Amino acid sequence: MGPSGIGKTTLLKLIGNQLKASSGRVLIGGQDLSKLNRKELFEARAKMGMLFQSGALFSDLSVFENIAFPLRAHTALPNDMIRDIVLMKLHAVGLRGARDLMPSELSGGMTRRVALARAIALDPKLIMYDEPFAGQDPIAMGVLVQLIRLLNDALGLTSILVSHDIAEAMSIADHCIIIADGRVIGAGSPAELKSHESPLVKQFVNGLPDGPVPFHFPAGEYRNDLLGDTP
Amino acid sequence: MEFIRRTGRTSMEFAASLGRSGVFLLRAVFGLALSLNGLKLLVAQMYRIGVLSLIIIVVSGLFIGMVLGLQGYSILVDYGSEQAVGQMVALTLVRELGPVVTALLFAGRAGSALTAEIGLMKATEQLSSMEMMGVDPLRRVIAPRFWAGFISMPLLAVIFSAVGIFGGMLVSVDWLGVFEGAYWSNMQSSVEFEGDVVNGIVKSVVFGLVCTWIAIYQGYDLVPTSQGISIATTKTVVYSSLSVLGLDFLLTAVMFGSI
Amino acid sequence: MYQRSVELAVGVFMLLGMGALIFLALQVSGLTTDSQKESYRVYAQFDDLGGLSLRGRVSLAGVTVGKVSAISLDKKSYSALVEMEIYSDVDNLTADSVASIQTSGLLGDKYVAISVGADEEYLTDGDTIFDTQSALNLEKLIGAFASGQAKL
Repeated sequence: MGPSGIGKTTLLKLIGNQLKASSGRVLIGGQDLSKLNRKELFEARAKMGMLFQSGALFSDLSVFENIAFPLRAHTALPNDMIRDIVLMKLHAVGLRGARDLMPSELSGGMTRRVALARAIALDPKLIMYDEPFAGQDPIAMGVLVQLIRLLNDALGLTSILVSHDIAEAMSIADHCIIIADGRVIGAGSPAELKSHESPLVKQFVNGLPDGPVPFHFPAGEYRNDLLGDTP
Repeated sequence: MEFIRRTGRTSMEFAASLGRSGVFLLRAVFGLALSLNGLKLLVAQMYRIGVLSLIIIVVSGLFIGMVLGLQGYSILVDYGSEQAVGQMVALTLVRELGPVVTALLFAGRAGSALTAEIGLMKATEQLSSMEMMGVDPLRRVIAPRFWAGFISMPLLAVIFSAVGIFGGMLVSVDWLGVFEGAYWSNMQSSVEFEGDVVNGIVKSVVFGLVCTWIAIYQGYDLVPTSQGISIATTKTVVYSSLSVLGLDFLLTAVMFGSI
Repeated sequence: MYQRSVELAVGVFMLLGMGALIFLALQVSGLTTDSQKESYRVYAQFDDLGGLSLRGRVSLAGVTVGKVSAISLDKKSYSALVEMEIYSDVDNLTADSVASIQTSGLLGDKYVAISVGADEEYLTDGDTIFDTQSALNLEKLIGAFASGQAKL
């Protein structure tokens, strides 16, 4: 968790090695992805799922084909088997009936659920969620929160969830890390964070408008600005 | 001082962008999977790039041929050599207008659509998510589009020329009364297959490469916002048109300069 | 079903392209198997080409029997050396044939007209036509006529 523009999405991209770290290393299961060649990297990525902020469904493919896409790319399964898997995944997110719709016909919440189904299509070990709750109505949000927790427990996944919706994120997280100013400012279980004494963590967890993160963009003296000579 | 610094920076940026796009082109060229699946992707893109451009190409070709027939006739009839109208129409179309106008229309119709489509895929993180799924977007998205554009352009140019010559015949023979035999025979005696038709096709192959390259690169390299997409789409049309006209002069000088 | 109609459309598109190319080749540029047929080379020297160009027509009694394949300057005699490709089936050009450069119409293209003689030997590959007439230079003629030197 952390305020906007702090580099949460960048962090996810570093984990997936879409960006190369200028210093330091990213280890996943003991493997440094940046050391792999292109082919090995793509194979390693097949073990990860990522849910993008916008869903990122392929707009020229139907819901069904979107979920079948990673299966077709990485497996040589026969068509009827792919069909079964896709329907199972769709059923898990409750959208089995929407298989023939195009992504443009889906609502925002449904788009993310389809994207979630696509992310788990290859049964990955790790799923990264980039702002899954942003811009969702309460019902869709509730569904997503529940789905993420349910899938995590049912499939035995590792989930990394990036968000600034504190209440929702805290309600399902086992371990929270708050980053700000390019460093970790607080980590621990949700309960620990709530009783954290750092003012920065307090401001973020409680959503206070002013505090260590100032309400005002850096500017000159207010008084001077109003009463001083205009250049 | 400031001017020199800015010039230096701009030219460095230009060189870097040229290098990036060169590497990008190479990866797009060799990225096409030579499998049944790759072929299917290519066919789907050929449909969207080539077949859907067909109507504008045929209609423009017909009208440009008709205008050429009309203009040519009205000039040539003063010298009593209106039979040469076929020769004029054919040479103009095969050597110049066929490849050039096709490339300009292609840049407007297919090039801008390519840029916008790829840009939108980038803006909505479709390219990123494809990468995260372990699928190379260059192979899956870019390469089929590049090859489809590259193959479609010469086909479209040839169709444009053929339709234009037919349009010229409609006007000069059926309407203005030029003897049909003279229309064709004058054409045949002056148009050379190697010299004119093949050179025209070479031109359109070069234009196809350049226009598609610019379109996909602009789409792939743009700033992923709605403003970025609109800027890149404009850039595609402007750069493609300028490149086509500039290259056309260069190619014409090399091909026909000695005649 | 959708994929099939797309494939069909692309197929038709490619066929159209091929068809247009064949149309350009055969109907527009007059490319026939005839023009690729066997030929043999004959040379002729002219004092003045008067605008004869490469790929110009070579005709006999108004029928095209070949084309000009190369033009160069003969350094020794300061005259133009023209190489012509004559179709192989016209194999009875007599050795004393006359080659002259003529104009189709008043202002049309220059072409080489060949008129045969009565020799019993025929020209073969690499032979030279010695009897030639240069192009009729209209400007010179008018100039000469105007200054009253023309023999009428």
